[in-house]
Amino acid sequence: MTEVIEFQPGWELIVGLEVHCELATKTKMFCGCRNEFGHEPNTNVCPTCLGLPGSLPVVNGSAVEYAMRLGRALQCTVSPSVFARKNYFYPDMPKDYQVTQYDKPTNTAGKLELPDGSFVGITRAHLEEDTGKTSHQGGDGRIHGAESSLVDYNRAGVPLVEIVSEPDIRTADQAKAYVDELRKIVLALGVSDAKMEEGSMRVDANVSVRPVGEPEFRTRCEIKNINSIRSVGRAIEYEAKRHIALYDVGEKPTQETRHWDEEHGRTRAGRSKENSDDYRYFDEPDLVPLVPTADDIARIDAALPMLPASRRRRLAEITGAAAADVTLVVDRGHDDFVVSVVGVGADAKKTLTRVENDLPPDQPITLAPQSFAQLVIMETAGELTATQAKQVLAEMLENGGDPKAIAAAKGFEAMASGALEAVVDGIIAANPADWAEFVVADDKARKKLSGFFTGQVMKATQGQADGRAVAEVLARRAAR
Amino acid sequence: MLAMPKPISRADVAHVARLARLRLTDDELDQFTPQLAAVLAHAADVEALDVTGVIPTAHPLPLRNVVRVDVVRPSIDRAAVLAAAPNVQDGQFRVPSILAEES
Ligand SMILES: [Zn+2]
Repeated sequence: MTEVIEFQPGWELIVGLEVHCELATKTKMFCGCRNEFGHEPNTNVCPTCLGLPGSLPVVNGSAVEYAMRLGRALQCTVSPSVFARKNYFYPDMPKDYQVTQYDKPTNTAGKLELPDGSFVGITRAHLEEDTGKTSHQGGDGRIHGAESSLVDYNRAGVPLVEIVSEPDIRTADQAKAYVDELRKIVLALGVSDAKMEEGSMRVDANVSVRPVGEPEFRTRCEIKNINSIRSVGRAIEYEAKRHIALYDVGEKPTQETRHWDEEHGRTRAGRSKENSDDYRYFDEPDLVPLVPTADDIARIDAALPMLPASRRRRLAEITGAAAADVTLVVDRGHDDFVVSVVGVGADAKKTLTRVENDLPPDQPITLAPQSFAQLVIMETAGELTATQAKQVLAEMLENGGDPKAIAAAKGFEAMASGALEAVVDGIIAANPADWAEFVVADDKARKKLSGFFTGQVMKATQGQADGRAVAEVLARRAAR
Repeated sequence: MLAMPKPISRADVAHVARLARLRLTDDELDQFTPQLAAVLAHAADVEALDVTGVIPTAHPLPLRNVVRVDVVRPSIDRAAVLAAAPNVQDGQFRVPSILAEES
C-alpha cells in the first residue's frame, strides 16, 4: 500500500498530463513543406496541408521513426497503427479534420521514471499532425470577445507526438518533474527541440481532487495554455484549490476545458469539451497502416542513447552519492566526463564535487579527463590544498595545460612540503608570547590560538597553505 | 449473436446534422430520418454475419508502411494561396470570431 500524499488536509490531488511534442523533422507529417518555426505566415504551405481538394497525404518516414524512438524510450509497446480522422470545425484545421492515431496508436503502456525514483505510467504516445496557429483580434485581445481571428497554416501538418500519462501524478512538483524529465528524454533522443516558450512542447493537465480514501476519481478539468514548467505547477495548484473550494460549499466542478491565465494566475472556463464521440473518428482512407517489424523495433532499441534515468543511476553507483545529488551534473551533461575522470583513477566523490562546483555549468567540458584526474589526484594526495586546486583548475580552464606544471609554476608544490614548515616557524618566532600561551594551553584554548596562527600563515602564504597541514605543524612544534 | 442496433431517431439525425454544420429544416429531418434508417438497416445485415476469426481490415489496399523520405519540397506561392481566401489580412487568413461559432 503506497502512502497517500495529501494536497490539503483530507484531500488528494489527481493529475494526468497530455504533452504535445512537435517532432524535429525537416518536413511536415504528410507533405514536403518545411517544418520550421519563425517563417513569414503561410509561406510553408501546399495543397496537402491546406486541405485542398484532390491532394493526398504521404507519411513522413522520419516522423514515424522518431515516434517509435520516443515510445521505446518511454518503455512503451510499439504496435501496428492506423491513422484516423478526428472531425471538427475550427479554422485552425483547414481540412476540418485532424489526422491522428485513435484506437490503434503506435505506442502504448509505457512508463517514465522521475529523478526521485517514482514512476508515472504512460497510457499512449501517438502520432498526429499539428494545427495551424490562430491569433485573435478585437475585443480585449484574448480569445473571449475576439471579433476576428487570423490564421497561419505554417504549423498545420507539423508532426506531433502526444504523450498521455496515466492519472498517477499526486503533487504539483511531481507534475513539473514529469514534464522536465520528458523534456530531457526528448532532447536526449534528438526528436524535438522541446521549447515550451515556442510551443514545440505543450502541456495540458487533467486535474481533479478526491477525499483521501475515496476509491473513485471525481470530475476533472482539462487545463490548456500552460506555457512553462513553472506554470504547470501553478495551474495545477490553482485548479485543485478551486475544486476543493467548490466541494467545501457543497457544489462541484463541471467537467470542462479551462485556460490558464498566466497574468492573473488563474484558470478560466473555455469551450466545454466535446464528447469524443462527437469527433466521429474513422480510419483515414488515404493512408495505409504502419506495421513495424520486430527488426525495426530491435534496431530502434539498439540505437537508443543512454537516457537521463540511466545516467543518474550510473553516476550514483560510481560516486556513492544519492540519486538526487547527481541530478545537477547529469542535467548539465557533465556525467560522461565524471565517469572518464574516475576511470583514470581519481577519487569519485571528490571528482563529482569539483565538477559540480568548479566547472562552468552551462558549457560543454573541453578539459582532458586525464588532466582533470591528475588535479583531483594531487588534491586527494595533499599535494594541493583546496584553494590551490581551484586556482590550478581556473588556469587549466583559461589556458589549458598540465596541472602538475601549473602547480609548479605557481610554486604550489614547494608550499606543500618544507616551505610550509619554514613559514610556520617564522610566524612562531614573530609571536613568542602567543606561542608560549599555545604550548601550555588546553585543547579548547589551543583551538582559538590555532586559528590565530593559521590566519597568520594564510596571510603570509596568500591563502596557499593547507589549513590542516598548518594545524599539524603547529601540533608537532608544540609537542617538542 | 449481435443485438440489433436501435433504429436511428430524428434526434440522432438532428445531432449528426449539427456536427456536420448542416442546417436541416423539420421537413428535411422527417425526410432523411427514414432514409438514413434504411441505409443503416443495410449495414445491420452485414453486422449480422458471423465474422469470428476474420481479421479487421483497416484498409482495402494490400499495402502497409507507405512512407516518404524526409526531404523538403517547394511550397506554393503565398499570394496564390491567399487569393483563394474570402478575407485576408497581414499575410494571413482572416476568419470570423471563433468562439461565437460554437453553439
Ligand atoms: Zn504542405
